[in-house]
Amino acid sequence: MDWGNIVSQTLTQAIGILAIIYCLAAIGLNVHFGYTGLLNFGQAGFLAVAAYGLAVTVSYLGASLWLGVLVGLLATVVLALLLGLPTLRLRADYLAIVTIAAAEIIRLLVRSVTFREVFGGSDGLTRFADEFYALNPFTTGIALGPITFSKNDSWVFVVGWVVVAFWLLVVWSLMRSPWGRVLKGIREDEDAVRSLGKNVYSYKMQALILGGVIGAFGGFISAVYTQSVQPDTFSTDFTFFAYTILILGGAARVFGPVAGALVFWALIVFVGEFLNEAVANGVITFITSTQVGQIRFMLVGLGLMLLMIFRPQGIFGDRKELALDAR
Amino acid sequence: MRARAAALLAALLAAAALVVGLGASPAAAATSGPVLFGAVTSNDKGLAGVKISASNDSGFSGSATTDATGAWEIKTPKSGTYEVVLDEGTLPEGVALAPDSGNTRTVNAFLGKVRIQFPTGDGVVETTSKWAQAVQLTVDGLLLGLVLALSAVGLSLIYGTTGLTNFAHGELLTLGAVSTYVYNNLLHIPLVLAAALALITCAILGSIQDRVLWRKLRKRGTGLIAMLVVSIGLGIFLRYVILFFFGGTTVQYADFNGQAGIQIGLVSITPKAMVGGVVAIIAILLCVYWLLRTKMGKASRAVSDNPALASASGIDVERVINVVWILGATMAALAGVLLGMTQGVNWFMGFQILLLVFAGVTVGGLGTAFGALIGSLLVGLLINLSTLFVPPELKSVGALVILILVLIVRPQGLLGRRERVG
Repeated sequence: MDWGNIVSQTLTQAIGILAIIYCLAAIGLNVHFGYTGLLNFGQAGFLAVAAYGLAVTVSYLGASLWLGVLVGLLATVVLALLLGLPTLRLRADYLAIVTIAAAEIIRLLVRSVTFREVFGGSDGLTRFADEFYALNPFTTGIALGPITFSKNDSWVFVVGWVVVAFWLLVVWSLMRSPWGRVLKGIREDEDAVRSLGKNVYSYKMQALILGGVIGAFGGFISAVYTQSVQPDTFSTDFTFFAYTILILGGAARVFGPVAGALVFWALIVFVGEFLNEAVANGVITFITSTQVGQIRFMLVGLGLMLLMIFRPQGIFGDRKELALDAR
Repeated sequence: MRARAAALLAALLAAAALVVGLGASPAAAATSGPVLFGAVTSNDKGLAGVKISASNDSGFSGSATTDATGAWEIKTPKSGTYEVVLDEGTLPEGVALAPDSGNTRTVNAFLGKVRIQFPTGDGVVETTSKWAQAVQLTVDGLLLGLVLALSAVGLSLIYGTTGLTNFAHGELLTLGAVSTYVYNNLLHIPLVLAAALALITCAILGSIQDRVLWRKLRKRGTGLIAMLVVSIGLGIFLRYVILFFFGGTTVQYADFNGQAGIQIGLVSITPKAMVGGVVAIIAILLCVYWLLRTKMGKASRAVSDNPALASASGIDVERVINVVWILGATMAALAGVLLGMTQGVNWFMGFQILLLVFAGVTVGGLGTAFGALIGSLLVGLLINLSTLFVPPELKSVGALVILILVLIVRPQGLLGRRERVG
């Protein structure tokens, strides 16, 4: 049993780039679900259109990466409008079903043989982010005790956390503004807000777009980090994990998604690394290394259930702040 | 020495898979072994959209769909013996495999790329008219619609009586199929009996699920959205428990496997699909009778309408809900048994079909059992008939787009009542 490796992997990945991606997705969901009460189950779709928007602009159209970012953002806003227009007037569970369906439509379309020319089928697109790495100021990777990143990962790591910090600041300042108070009001009692003369529909739409755009940055970072986009990265499970992270950290709290992402990844990586080491060294003999991955997913499911039942406010949430209930 | 090296390699692979992380689907996690590939052609023309899957007995399974030139490729995690299966159902209309070679190949793959050939038969290529295709697709669509309807009735009844949007409903369907497989293939009980045992198993599991989990949550006064999230967690948990014990491969029941279709007029249909369809219709009719004519069925509709009033007029609401759960689980299990018979059994079949069930339920109107029936049949038909115009791989997209369009035009669904926030 190589405990040094287990600890090093756990610490590195807990603050690593996957954690950043899920963190951004969860911050977006926090605006949707935590503050406004919108049940968006298609966050993976928002990340997918952003990532593919960027990748297609560079790989297929041969344009610049920065134009790709703009295209990705535009695609995200369009998706939010398309989803929001028919469903935001309906009950919460309708939005849930429509968004989950839309995310699947996007995934099926980009992985289809029919559009392989543009989206690359199930293999996706690769090598489109050289422009980003050309700006890399790191000449060697980061090495802080057990935490190590390669040269390129260090660059993504720093940019990623700066982006997270930026959006945390935006969410923090928006949610203590009058605009944010209207969102919270919608979450608590839509009719009350409407009777004050506010256009609830428009506020919900703005929240849907804002959360989608925050998630889009997670999509950009995921695309740039691996220099590839693949349709199955953006499966429904992605959204469910982002929800688990949000609820774990505490919904309707600015730092909830960050805390959730750190704890979630630390736990997941630790369990996986520990079991893998144990299996490789013959300490545990009744499971195979393939099954280790499956055990991690089981724990996610079980964790989400137990959290929701026994501690719906998560680690840092305030039970009084967020009355999770349907209308 | 070689064993050590192999263990090291396996550990490295596992570490790589970990770095790739949870985002990727588990089947695609580790891929650095030999590559299986080939091209499916007919008269020198590539066949697009043919599904080919590969599996080995240590739990790997992968699949690929041919592109416009007929080419396909499956990456495997390590060298070993693989069983490669071509899904004959995905061959274009009028094309069949060469009769003497079958649709399954067992190959020993070690390094690099391994070519696998599936010759198509000479002279079996014939063109069918759009009309004949439409008739065949209508029949296929109705069969799929019946499977969706069986799952949808339970989903809709549970939603109606308890308000729970159950994202773990698909797993009831998977459990039905998997337990039938266990009874049929491992315990060698004839399929009909095995299916009956599976229905009983799932009825018991449904009742237990309600009593142990959902009743407790209702008593605590847990909110509906919180319960929805709990059902998502339960769904993920059950799915991976099934994968853990069952493995990632798609398997067939031992009985009636590879049954040939018989031609009736323009339509080719396997006898097992016909029997399955009839059983589904009978089950649905029984369910309609139960809802309309029996005391319990009427009580369940009363609870759907107004639980407080139902309770005040002497209906034991908790008991009604438990019966609804038992009924819903049994119907879903039956859907699983039937789907397993036509498409094979795997660990995510239920989740795969859940979105289509939701589409059916929503098109018909959330919470109305009859709406769910009609909506599901419509969705099943639409999915199959849409392949007349769109590539088969995109047929679900059509159904999901229709779902969104229906919500714009008639948000309460076909049979739903108008009660939405404006």
